[in-house]
Amino acid sequence: MSEIDPQHAIHDIGGLSRFRCTPVERDEAPPDGFGKRVDALRQVLAAKKLMTVDELRRCIEAIPEPEYFALTYYERWLTSIGTLMVEKGIVKAEDIA
Amino acid sequence: MSTPARPESLARLDRLVAALIAKGIVTESDLVEAQARTDRASPEVGARMVARAWLDPDWRRLLLGNGAEAAEHMGVSMAGAPPLGVLEDTATLHHLVVCTLCSCYPRAVLGYPPSWYKSFEYRSRAVRDPRGVLAEWGTTLAAGCRVRVVDSTADYRWMVLPMRPAGTEGWSEDQLAALVTRDVLVGVALPRLPVALAAE
Repeated sequence: MSEIDPQHAIHDIGGLSRFRCTPVERDEAPPDGFGKRVDALRQVLAAKKLMTVDELRRCIEAIPEPEYFALTYYERWLTSIGTLMVEKGIVKAEDIA
Repeated sequence: MSTPARPESLARLDRLVAALIAKGIVTESDLVEAQARTDRASPEVGARMVARAWLDPDWRRLLLGNGAEAAEHMGVSMAGAPPLGVLEDTATLHHLVVCTLCSCYPRAVLGYPPSWYKSFEYRSRAVRDPRGVLAEWGTTLAAGCRVRVVDSTADYRWMVLPMRPAGTEGWSEDQLAALVTRDVLVGVALPRLPVALAAE
């Protein structure tokens, strides 16, 4: 059984007991080249009015729990952007699978 | 150390970008320019906004009234960015900024968020145990100081206007700005005088 309250969406982790006793890992690293490029892609697609922050969030929050916690931060973004581009018919699922 | 992206994720990104380029949706130079612009944003902008507020009461009013307009005055384009709120610390009230749902962060004036800001631990604990989180940064508040935790969202971003440290009378804007780190602007740390100066 999941320790996450089923009433909470996956991303809604404010105050969650699951992380209560874990110190914040003081990772100061800026995003790596992969993360920066994913972020740049998001900005370019947003500037072209092909996606919004809310859409990015919706598709991040729809990632199933095991995958959500297994993916790195910008991997979740990439998953979301890919979902959105397929959903909007801009690319085909087989092009990016 | 951040976990690097998996090789299959790098390949997926390449495939997505290639498909978008093939369709004429994006170009390689679009991506390079967007990345370069984001790389130029840094917490030094936010630090200067704070230092100016310590020196100029009119600027302070502008900053607290409309952070995005103040940022525009600093030459930062806020077009398309959500509003920027500025939280004024006092002797009895300290602010801490988190984004519990994701990682909302005023990138235009602070640059890329550090990895810890996006971590599950920071996001969940900042609202449950803010003083415990502050302690991990070596930050202890004076007795009687309340903590107000503010959740940055997709629609509204926040930064902290800390109190000017004692012992900085007569300092220039540059000197003051150097005390204001990214951690100070998020609220996990307080501005501190360099040890050598504080000892004088």
